[in-house]
Amino acid sequence: MNNIQLEWITMAAGIALVFIGLWGILTQKSILKIIVGFSLFDTGTHVILVSIGYIKNRTAPILDEAVDASQAASQVVDPVPQALVLTAIVIGLGITALMLSFALQLKKKNQSLEISNLKDLKW
Amino acid sequence: MVKKIIILVVLLVLAMMFWNMFSGIPVQNVLPEVSEYYAKNEPAEVGAANLVTAVVVTYRGLDTLGEVSILFLSAAIVGLLLGFQSKTEKRKLRKTSELLLTAAKILTPVIVMLGVYVFINGHLTPGGGFQGGAIIAAALVLALMADPLRKISHGFISFVESTSGFIFVFIGILEIFLAGGFLDNSILPLGEFGAILSAGAIPIIYSFIGLKVGAELSSIVSNMQEAQNITEYE
Amino acid sequence: MLTLIFALVLSLIVIVLGIVAVQHPKVSVAIIAAGVVSLFASVMYLLLAAPDVAMTEAAIGSGLSTIIFFYVLNKIRRQDG
Repeated sequence: MNNIQLEWITMAAGIALVFIGLWGILTQKSILKIIVGFSLFDTGTHVILVSIGYIKNRTAPILDEAVDASQAASQVVDPVPQALVLTAIVIGLGITALMLSFALQLKKKNQSLEISNLKDLKW
Repeated sequence: MVKKIIILVVLLVLAMMFWNMFSGIPVQNVLPEVSEYYAKNEPAEVGAANLVTAVVVTYRGLDTLGEVSILFLSAAIVGLLLGFQSKTEKRKLRKTSELLLTAAKILTPVIVMLGVYVFINGHLTPGGGFQGGAIIAAALVLALMADPLRKISHGFISFVESTSGFIFVFIGILEIFLAGGFLDNSILPLGEFGAILSAGAIPIIYSFIGLKVGAELSSIVSNMQEAQNITEYE
Repeated sequence: MLTLIFALVLSLIVIVLGIVAVQHPKVSVAIIAAGVVSLFASVMYLLLAAPDVAMTEAAIGSGLSTIIFFYVLNKIRRQDG
């Protein structure tokens, strides 16, 4: 019981979110729920990335009174995955807004939001 | 029903492949080599108190440039697509309640001020340009909820956005000639560690990134509000 | 020990709300469930010593994303009549 690390628990939650999001994208019929599933998939990926960079008993990568500047390399967690996830979250919002505008155009052209009615590219 | 069972089996096979990959990661005790170099040499080279800000703006500055261009592209395409929506169906709306109107008048300037504080102090405390921009866009959402007929001037938003983006790239190219490389921050003096005017050009760069991101997210929100076609109050 | 129990409770809430978000028949419930998942993920980022990421996720994922979904849902429902 004392051997369970914090990052295993959060990584398991992230992997579960990724698979729930994938299940939503593959089985739902309405386009808005497919976009909700994509947003969950995105959130799960970010949780996995940040929990890879965690080291036990260390603190956030900000150098102030708690962490001395000369000993920073032995007291902070990894700052590189956090920097990557920071930009990834903002890009995820931009892509979701793009997908929603495409959904509005689809509704205007085909009068329906069920993907079983979109047969243009089927053989 | 058969389709759902097939999808479930495929996802379970994928989960087993992921499990094999993830159970081989050892528990870490020391920083990886690149992060150790950043943590050791950052106070002397860059001088910012926030390590994540130093990585985003200086060491990995090209990734930030790519992110800013993707956000610009998506804001432009959303503006284009929502302009194709039909403007023929008009709508009337009930006037919003007195509580929301008064609260929005008091809270909106305070929220904008909080956003500006967050991106000016990005190199000292947790925060920075992206967070400050999102907070400014949230203040605009509050103002639009209280008064849906308010006209947001698109010329002003696009002027702020294009000028901030241009100045960001201009400072980066200036630093190729005057300092170490693209987005190296030594053109201004490094100053005293922990003061607000420290870390070279990072406060200036992050302020312009914050204004640009705030303007783009505000333009996405205001385009969506105008697509609702509300013309008058009841 | 206490942080482990807290992380376990947060992970269980996140997984249950994720299943509600994809399986519930009403779209508005699904959108709100996705927003609450993002909010609890922001608390998880604080447990993982990442305050910058927590601030960004709370402002963008739980605030702006939900608002944009509701604007589009409103316009679609208006067009239906």
